Amino acid sequence: MTAVAEPEVGRARLRKEDARLITGRTRWTDNLSLPGMLHLAFLRSPVAHARISKIDTSAAKQKPGVIAVVTGADVAEEQGSLPCAWPITEDIKIPNAPSLAVDEVNFAGEAVAAVVARSAAEAVDALEAIDVEYDELPVVLDMNEALAEGADLVHPELGTNKCATWVFDSAEAGSGGAIDDAIAQADVVLERTFRQQRLIPSFMEPRSVLVDPTGEQITVWSATQIPHILKWMISAVTGVPETKVRVIAPDVGGGFGGKLQVTPEEIITFLMARRLGRPVKWTETRSESMQSAHHGRDQIQKITLAAASDGTLKGLKVELLADMGAYLRLVTPGVPILGAFMFNAIYKMDAYRFECTNVFTNKTPTDAYRGAGRPEATFAIERMMDELAAELGRDPIDLRRQNWIKHEEFPFTTVAGLTYDSGNYEAATAKALELFGYDALRQEQRERRERGDTVQLGIGVSTYTEMCGLAPSRVLGALRYAAGGWEHASIRMLPTGKVEVITGTSPHGQGHETAWSQIVADRLGVPFEDVEVLHGDTAASHKGMDSYGSRSLAVGGTALVMAADRVIEKAKKLAAHMLECSEDDIEFSGGKLTVRGTDKATDIQSVALHAHVAHDLPEGMEASLDSEATFDPENFSYPHGTHLCAVEVDTETGQVKIRSYVCVDDVGTVVNPLIVEGQVHGGVAQGIAQALFEDAVHDESGTLTTGTFADYLLPSAADLPSFVTDRTETPATTNPLGAKGVGEAGTIAATPAVVNAIVDAVRHLGVDDIEMPCTPMRVWRAVHSGTRAEGGPGGEAGGGLGSIDASGGAQ
Amino acid sequence: MTVVHEESATGAEVPIRRIRVMVNGETKTAEVEPRLLLVHLLRRGLGLTGTHMGCDTTNCGACTVLVNGRPVKSCTMLAVQADGAEVQTVEGLSTPSELHPLQEGFKEEHGLQCGFCTPGMLMSAKALLEENPDPSEDEIRWALSGNLCRCTGYQNIVKAVQWAGRKMRGEQA
Repeated sequence: MTAVAEPEVGRARLRKEDARLITGRTRWTDNLSLPGMLHLAFLRSPVAHARISKIDTSAAKQKPGVIAVVTGADVAEEQGSLPCAWPITEDIKIPNAPSLAVDEVNFAGEAVAAVVARSAAEAVDALEAIDVEYDELPVVLDMNEALAEGADLVHPELGTNKCATWVFDSAEAGSGGAIDDAIAQADVVLERTFRQQRLIPSFMEPRSVLVDPTGEQITVWSATQIPHILKWMISAVTGVPETKVRVIAPDVGGGFGGKLQVTPEEIITFLMARRLGRPVKWTETRSESMQSAHHGRDQIQKITLAAASDGTLKGLKVELLADMGAYLRLVTPGVPILGAFMFNAIYKMDAYRFECTNVFTNKTPTDAYRGAGRPEATFAIERMMDELAAELGRDPIDLRRQNWIKHEEFPFTTVAGLTYDSGNYEAATAKALELFGYDALRQEQRERRERGDTVQLGIGVSTYTEMCGLAPSRVLGALRYAAGGWEHASIRMLPTGKVEVITGTSPHGQGHETAWSQIVADRLGVPFEDVEVLHGDTAASHKGMDSYGSRSLAVGGTALVMAADRVIEKAKKLAAHMLECSEDDIEFSGGKLTVRGTDKATDIQSVALHAHVAHDLPEGMEASLDSEATFDPENFSYPHGTHLCAVEVDTETGQVKIRSYVCVDDVGTVVNPLIVEGQVHGGVAQGIAQALFEDAVHDESGTLTTGTFADYLLPSAADLPSFVTDRTETPATTNPLGAKGVGEAGTIAATPAVVNAIVDAVRHLGVDDIEMPCTPMRVWRAVHSGTRAEGGPGGEAGGGLGSIDASGGAQ
Repeated sequence: MTVVHEESATGAEVPIRRIRVMVNGETKTAEVEPRLLLVHLLRRGLGLTGTHMGCDTTNCGACTVLVNGRPVKSCTMLAVQADGAEVQTVEGLSTPSELHPLQEGFKEEHGLQCGFCTPGMLMSAKALLEENPDPSEDEIRWALSGNLCRCTGYQNIVKAVQWAGRKMRGEQA
């Protein structure tokens, strides 16, 4: 048996996952059918705020094929309250969150009743026969109005629409000075207000749940990112012992944070399957998904940046309003807090203060969406750096260079109290500038301005970092998060020499089966093809914290390395016994165990078989090389990079065209460059989409008017350019792989790069901001009014289908 | 014969139509309600779950199949409209021993991540390459603009189609 010749880590391996996906053989949850399976459908509130005065389900129960119809009142005893795992302050207000509304509805799209029928069509048909009377209540939509004295209340029992206020102050934390002093002493103080519009994660696979109650364990298949957390939470919410619940996330079609949730639909499908004793499946329609699955972003950011006249940053004050929507879902209130440590970004400054007020409104709850808190922070600071450069007449790159942490200054403890372990902003920026042709583009920009070209060129810069690899458990505890941030892995050495790897991470497009195989193949010196990665089934993977926050490789990959090292330790002990030498004399390399200085050797496969048959083991050794490990990181990881965007803005139409987009990312050591590049592409596409296209719009009654893909504008292939991507590699020092994480980087970086470019194109026309999404109408208005365009017309989609959900959305 | 009743055996007055469809080269006869969507005939009736349903409004293209060689969003076509037609789904692209060049291209160029949009992308791209064997990047982007992908940013999908085009034209892939 020979060891692999070429190192696996760093190799652009084609993905193991692809064979089933390109041939249509995938097991999505909705593809599964079980004998006797029933189908569930939800009736959803068409109004945003109302008391339910009457629900009559009698006619629905008579409809063909209907097995059961339930309302919130029918399951009130069993359904508990959906969990919020992140009560960010001691005095946070947490409303009761029933899966099916009992007395009142608080957002349009909230589930009020469920039908179980023999077929999906019969279930949907019966929804129409349910008669609900709503006594409408005043609708709370605007955050500022919600906080005003005497405002109508989303949850009157809480006495306020204010959920919580969370503060970080560098003077109080001891990580810097007082912000008021910094502002008072500054030569330049810039204040801007940005709106982070509400976004819809828009994973391509609609959510689906199938619950089989017929075994001793109730098995739940769900299109989820978090099978392990879901198992725990189903038990916590319903009181069913955790030992009686098995959760399987089969192939899952995207998540982007949108499937980091414990959903009302999962709980009700679980309860109905248990009640009826038959398998029950629910699969959502797209408009159900857009109305009721959690949204992301939705902040108003008031930013004050203080600097000296030479451009040196002095202090940053951040005052946020964050829209929670109607309820607190799994990590809703914590999302803005994930941004709290990132507004200062890669820059040095004396003082920093962050204050976020979380606000309830009668809208769909918000929660994690790709980047979760960090794109919002990066947008604000990167926009402000461009504003400061304009104010001081400086080149935006030059101003950043003056203020960023130099590569020789790492590790560096920031004004927000985080210690960045490694980075090289100079190297990434230099590479990006070269690929971009920065000077030539600036020249062209000057020429177009001078000749008054109707098409103006703009250049946008974003030098971002992020904190990811979530997360050190002690930090999460200090932030009042209810769970830990470790990850688990185990390795089974099979008698044939093949290797099964069980990971607690739960991929939904990231290619863990491939990358994890590469890591284990290298570490154990076994062929890539001999490694099988198992995930997403709590029966096989008993322990895990799942996939989100760019954590899987930095945390889960490290657990895997630790488990592999434990396999090797056991193998060395057994090999010493087999080769009759001291354990200290065994050298392990490339799958071979050699007696030092001799040609006596064996290999890991032979040792695995020897352990398995157990005929001759050293005294006290168990008959197994199998090992497991749990890794809890000491620190976050800090990917960084420089993204440059050139746009052409047609001043006569407001049309924005991305002319070139260059990104140089430093995500640490790369396991599979093919996968990393794909993650960057997709991340950048979503970041661009926030800048130019996407916006979840509600009308004055609280109806989501962008409730279909006809109205909510996801970019197509024709809307995006090809990106130029490259990397620098500064390994993380906080894990043995040197990996930093790449899932969110592109999304975090891209949005400000695009908006900075657009503003740069038209700044000479008197424009200093354009609200996102920068639609042609908004850009045109900004150009022609010569002032900032404060939202208004242009955000809403025109001429689309509106919210046409057959199961109850406003028509 | 496959019997597909969305509202089955209830005694209710449900009109049923008998249709005959050639699916991936095999003739299928089915009894269907007139309201049954083609995507549901394929997924629920014929068990061809490689065709996905992503949006209900003809926007995402995950349900794209070829009907008489033309790409059609099967969530927006009734099964009865496919009576007498030839339908090809992703399951009909490859043989047990050989992938279609497009399938190879998507794997080679990392043209998929979660893979939910992939079958629809493959079918739209197949129709493109049959009409235009050597499309430019812009032509590929326009041809696929009815198929949404949330993972890849499309760049590697474009490369995957170019890869397949080269292979199908007999050039070095």
